[in-house]
Amino acid sequence: MIRGHGSLPARAGVSLKAKHYATVLERTPPVGFFEVHAENYMGAGGPPHRYLTAIRERYPLSLHGVGLSIGADRALDRAHLERLRQLIERYQPGLFSEHLAWSTHGAAFLNDLLPLPYTTATLRCVARHIDQVQETLGRQMLLENPATYVAFADSTYEEGAFIGEIVRRTGCALLLDLNNVHVACTNQQWDPGRYLDAYPLAHVREIHLAGHSRIEDDVGRPLLIDSHDGLVCPPVWGLFTRVLETLGPVPTLIEWDAKLPDWSQFEGQAAQAAAMMDAQAARNPGAAQSAATRRMRPPQENGHRVVRDALG
Amino acid sequence: MSAAREQPRLADRQRVFAAAMLDPALPPPPGVVDPEGQVCPKRFGVYRNNVIAGLIEALQDSFPVVLRLLGEEYFRAMARLFVTARPPRSPVLLQYGANFPAFIAGFEPTATLPYLAEVARIERAWVEAYHAAEAAPMDPATLGTMAPERVGELRFTLHPSLRVVRCRYPALMIWRMNVADGVPGAVDLSAGGEDVLLVRPGADVEVRALPAGGARLLAALGNGRCLSEAVRIALPRCAPDELSMHLAGLLRSGAFTAADATDVAAVGADGAPHRRLHRVRRRGS
Repeated sequence: MIRGHGSLPARAGVSLKAKHYATVLERTPPVGFFEVHAENYMGAGGPPHRYLTAIRERYPLSLHGVGLSIGADRALDRAHLERLRQLIERYQPGLFSEHLAWSTHGAAFLNDLLPLPYTTATLRCVARHIDQVQETLGRQMLLENPATYVAFADSTYEEGAFIGEIVRRTGCALLLDLNNVHVACTNQQWDPGRYLDAYPLAHVREIHLAGHSRIEDDVGRPLLIDSHDGLVCPPVWGLFTRVLETLGPVPTLIEWDAKLPDWSQFEGQAAQAAAMMDAQAARNPGAAQSAATRRMRPPQENGHRVVRDALG
Repeated sequence: MSAAREQPRLADRQRVFAAAMLDPALPPPPGVVDPEGQVCPKRFGVYRNNVIAGLIEALQDSFPVVLRLLGEEYFRAMARLFVTARPPRSPVLLQYGANFPAFIAGFEPTATLPYLAEVARIERAWVEAYHAAEAAPMDPATLGTMAPERVGELRFTLHPSLRVVRCRYPALMIWRMNVADGVPGAVDLSAGGEDVLLVRPGADVEVRALPAGGARLLAALGNGRCLSEAVRIALPRCAPDELSMHLAGLLRSGAFTAADATDVAAVGADGAPHRRLHRVRRRGS
């Protein structure tokens, strides 16, 4: 085990929601891992911690931050970073991920993942913050691609290339949210195949799959909303199949945050993802092999200092 | 880089974007476009809706009884005014809404429901107790072994989850009738107030009415007064059996984690005087 690096089994996991705490402990269902939003466990004590402690004893855990505001052009909230550090120390998650987005302004927290122009100025800001996060946490973080509803006229990078440049500068790894790819590609009129071709797949350590909803934009075009409130749709399963051909099995989360169904539907979605990974591995054992090898490979030369220290 | 392509600093752009999140009267920031490069207020509005609706939902989760009393439509309209005026200061939304009860107390349109802010304070105290630090309550039996005159010298440590809400209206009764499995019924608003104790000694938040003087007693104990001083301040005309009933009730509720008897004459193992001779043990420690 490489110190400072986490890992999760290359299996299907699900979001852990309070509604399902009791069911999970009673049945110990066959899912590969659970993922929680870090901010929901930043109270001092109480039932959330009691349940998470008990579930962590039984399952691998992924910690997913939604409030760090890595893309905000201001100093990172050190108190928040310290809360994250403590949570990681306490629960030892296999992976820690955050978003390519911003959510703070002045003293206010806006509680949404707001979009960024893809410019060199943004790149410098995001890279500086990821350096600070990895240094403070003493581990590599995963960065998630956003679901976006607007574009910026002055963006000079395509999203995949922008993310690739962040990886090159910081040595961070990636969380590839395939629902976000589908949502962003529909909303921005990008071709998802081209998107994935440009995206640095070799650095993906986790995949998210989720449901979305659909409205119309200002001129009647379909506009997909990243609502995490339903089943994974066929086009997103299609992207999953495509990515598995390249990556082999990857820790894959069924992400569901609103209009929560009964546990059985969570488990059903995870079983579908697991079956697709198994089928792909059976068709092409070589990809799985290369995926395992890739997980063991040290970060590239310009990887983050802490990561290099951890390897040394 | 040519002057034509120069943009304001990212921080300034985000300031303009954020202001428009909280004020629907403001237009989308310059340069925010759809795939054809056109301005797109409806697309931009998705972010605004996410921000506002997400914060309103956080309040709905924390104040389910106020929600039930007002109905969803009314609650959301009121909460919208609150979230745009007072967005959260922390990304930890568990903490959001601390000043929502005060907002309700000053909210003119619900002035005809004078108990509403008190119910909101009970709900806020419940959330705080739910997320408070873990601590084992002290074993009530421990005090039974002490000489009664020594009990008066004890200084109690309040459980970190303990909250007291003082009410002028029967807000606890209204709260009980409107929690998830509550049965609403008629309430006599002139019945007078109740002081409410909330504490989470284990996994569950326990809520009960305090007897008269109980809130003052806990306040005095919380300020570090020993029991006899606290009684003199809070319950000057309290009979001894009434006091032991008070104390037994609080101990059973898990209101205390420890009780220390002060005795400066005692000398510790290191030869120095110490003030914690009799630490009454926590349960299980």
